[in-house]
Order: sequence, then structure tokens, then C-alpha cells
Amino acid sequence: MHAFNYHKASSVADASAKLAASDDSRLLAGGQTLIAAMKMRLSAPADVIDLGGIAELRGIKIEGASITIGAMTTHAAVASSNEVAKAIPALALLAGSIGDPMVRNMGTIGGSVANNDPAADYPAALVGLGATVVTSKRKIPADQFFTGMYETALEPGEIITSVSFPVPKRAGYMKFKNPASRYAMVGVFVAESASGMRVAVTGAGPSVFRITEMEKALAKSFSADALKGIKVPAENLNTDIHATAEYRAHLVTVMAQRAVDQALVK
Amino acid sequence: MPVRLSMTVNGKPVSADVEPRTLLVDFIRDTLRLTGTHIGCDTAQCGACTIHMNGVAVKCCNMLAVQAQGSTLLTIEGLAKEDGTMHPMQAAFRDHHGLQCGYCTPGMVMTAIDLLKRHPHPSEEQIRAELDGNLCRCTGYHNIVKAVQAAAKA
Repeated sequence: MHAFNYHKASSVADASAKLAASDDSRLLAGGQTLIAAMKMRLSAPADVIDLGGIAELRGIKIEGASITIGAMTTHAAVASSNEVAKAIPALALLAGSIGDPMVRNMGTIGGSVANNDPAADYPAALVGLGATVVTSKRKIPADQFFTGMYETALEPGEIITSVSFPVPKRAGYMKFKNPASRYAMVGVFVAESASGMRVAVTGAGPSVFRITEMEKALAKSFSADALKGIKVPAENLNTDIHATAEYRAHLVTVMAQRAVDQALVK
Repeated sequence: MPVRLSMTVNGKPVSADVEPRTLLVDFIRDTLRLTGTHIGCDTAQCGACTIHMNGVAVKCCNMLAVQAQGSTLLTIEGLAKEDGTMHPMQAAFRDHHGLQCGYCTPGMVMTAIDLLKRHPHPSEEQIRAELDGNLCRCTGYHNIVKAVQAAAKA
């Protein structure tokens, strides 16, 4: 790992000031991706700004018909939260399926969302539930937040402070894990909310995306059968040593059906 | 610029100056000389470096030492009593031969203790799922699962 200057932020305002003072910096959340990337020298910032000491960024709050999760809240905290399990069981289940127990004790929702790994789980939940990303500067709808592979709408100097999820009528998340890394080869989040149906896919393409054809079919009948026969085009999907784009396209329909079944059970 | 680091490790206060890029596992092994915590894959996959930070299991090869500033750490060396009496989980691993080469064992034991805190009466399926982040390349999982089951009853 290359040497860097370490800065511990005491508040969001302090972190913003430290970001503004450096022209080559990275924010450190749980570090489960960043530290690994720095060890491989894929990332070598001059300044690392640690958000770990900012209490205001942690915690889960129920506010009317939505759940707001602080950016530095760990996956383990979301997975074991009674409030989340009661309001959006699929979200608790998703958080509990990220990585392994030790990774979940360090990794955070803000870090995962900001990194926008194409195989990360949280982007599917954010887009699937129509969540809002709250930053130090503004509120960004999830549909506009994830802009491409490892790319987001975040501007330089902008810090995610929380993510707000509207509570759906029902939701489900199912993923096909890579047998070695356990990352989602394909993960599908389905939700029925006041605002309508949403089907969001992670792992299959460069970034999370919705499938309107499936959303329309589910609006007619919320059942796994309604998705039968819907073929997702393999064009623009990922091909790697683990799976071809065609295989991923096939998995999307299978995982979407299983996600619907899960939503119906919960 | 070195950072002054203070924490509690296995019940004792420690402090030292570290370079910010020092990994927590290197601080534990090289500075504190607690070499029971192993480096296996060095990529946060194998779990040989598992310790407890503030009561929960973490992989200390994938963390900076400065992230543990002010925290309470427990490593494999902190489990047995002063007189050498093993922790019930260590005893269960010995009794059920839950190890072959032993390289993964410190991490397995630390994760197993963490899982029993959250699931005091785990099913075999739960134990296997919870050990997802610990790899044994001797593939001795059956006896490891038996050891965890026995420790849950101890």
C-alpha cells in the first residue's frame, strides 16, 4: 500500500472541509472495498478521510412510511434490526446476505452505494424500492444516482449522509451467488409500492437497471408465473470467466421469479 | 506522519506510533508480537485473521490499524484463562479434532465464538452459513461444525 495522510473527521462538516482541502482524497467508510483496492495499489490517494468517528452518520430511523439508514450503518446492523425486518424484511435479508459475517460487521451502506460495484447488492434495493440518497448537499433519487460501472451522480466533495427507503407493500430479493466470491452474479429486487411495481437488477450489467416489461407484467398479476416467458436481452450484459451474458440474462428471469415468490411469503 | 494509536488488547492497554498505512493484522503480529492471528489470503476472503473488535468479529487484514483507534480487541491469545484453561470453544475444537494443519483455527475459533453470541443454539445449517467467511483448505469442516455444536452445549 502506498503511503497517505490520514485524517479523522469529527463531523460531516469537518469531513467536507477536509475533502475541500485536498485534491487527491478518498473517504474511508468501513473500508471493505477501499482497503483491498489500496493494498493492490489500484487506489492510491494522497489523503484518506476516515468517517468512522462520526456518530451522526450511524443509526436506523423510522419516519412515517419510510426507513432512513445512516451512511455509516453496517450491513450487520441493518440485517439484525427489528425495525427493518418488520417494515422491509427483504432489505434486512439483503443486508444479511452481503459478504460474510466479518465483512458485514465493517462494511457500510454508504460505502457500498458510493462505490457502486456492478455486483453489489444494495443498488438493487435502492432502485427496487425507489429510495432517496441523502448527501451533504442534496437529495438524489436512486433512479438518477447509479450512473454506470463504479459511477454515481455524486459530485466532488459530496458526502452520502443517509439513504431513505419508502416502506413497500411487499418486496423480495434473490441472488445467484458466484460460488467462489459470493458476489451476486445476478441479483433481482422486486417491490410493490404505492408508486407501483419495481424490478431492479444488479450483477448482470455494468450497473443496476430496471426491467419495465417485468414491472408491467407484475402490475397485472403479482406472481412468479407473470414473469414466465419474459426474455431479457443479453445485449450489454456482463460476460466474464464466471458466466456469459446469455447465462446472466437467463438468470435474471429465474431470480426475478424467485424474488416474487419470496415477496409473497413474507 | 505517524499516528499515535491507543487501544485495549486482550484486556491490556497498548499504545504505539504507527504509519497510517499499517494494517491492523500487521500491527497485531509485528508490533504486539501476537502471532496467533494469521494472515492467510490477505484479501479478506479466508478469515484466518479474524479477531473481535468491540465485541464483534472482523477481518483485521482488511482494516487499517488506525480504524481500531480507542477500541477493545480480543485475539486468540486472549481466550484462555491465566492458568492455561482453554476457552470452551478451544476445548471443543481439541475434543472434536476440529483442525488438521491448524492454520485456519484461530480465525475459525474467533468466528465461532462470535456466532454463538448471536445464535446461542445454532442449527448445523446456521453454523455452516455463519462460517462462510472462514476457509479451511484441509477441508476439515465436518469436525469444525461438530466442535461448534459441542461448544454451544458446553
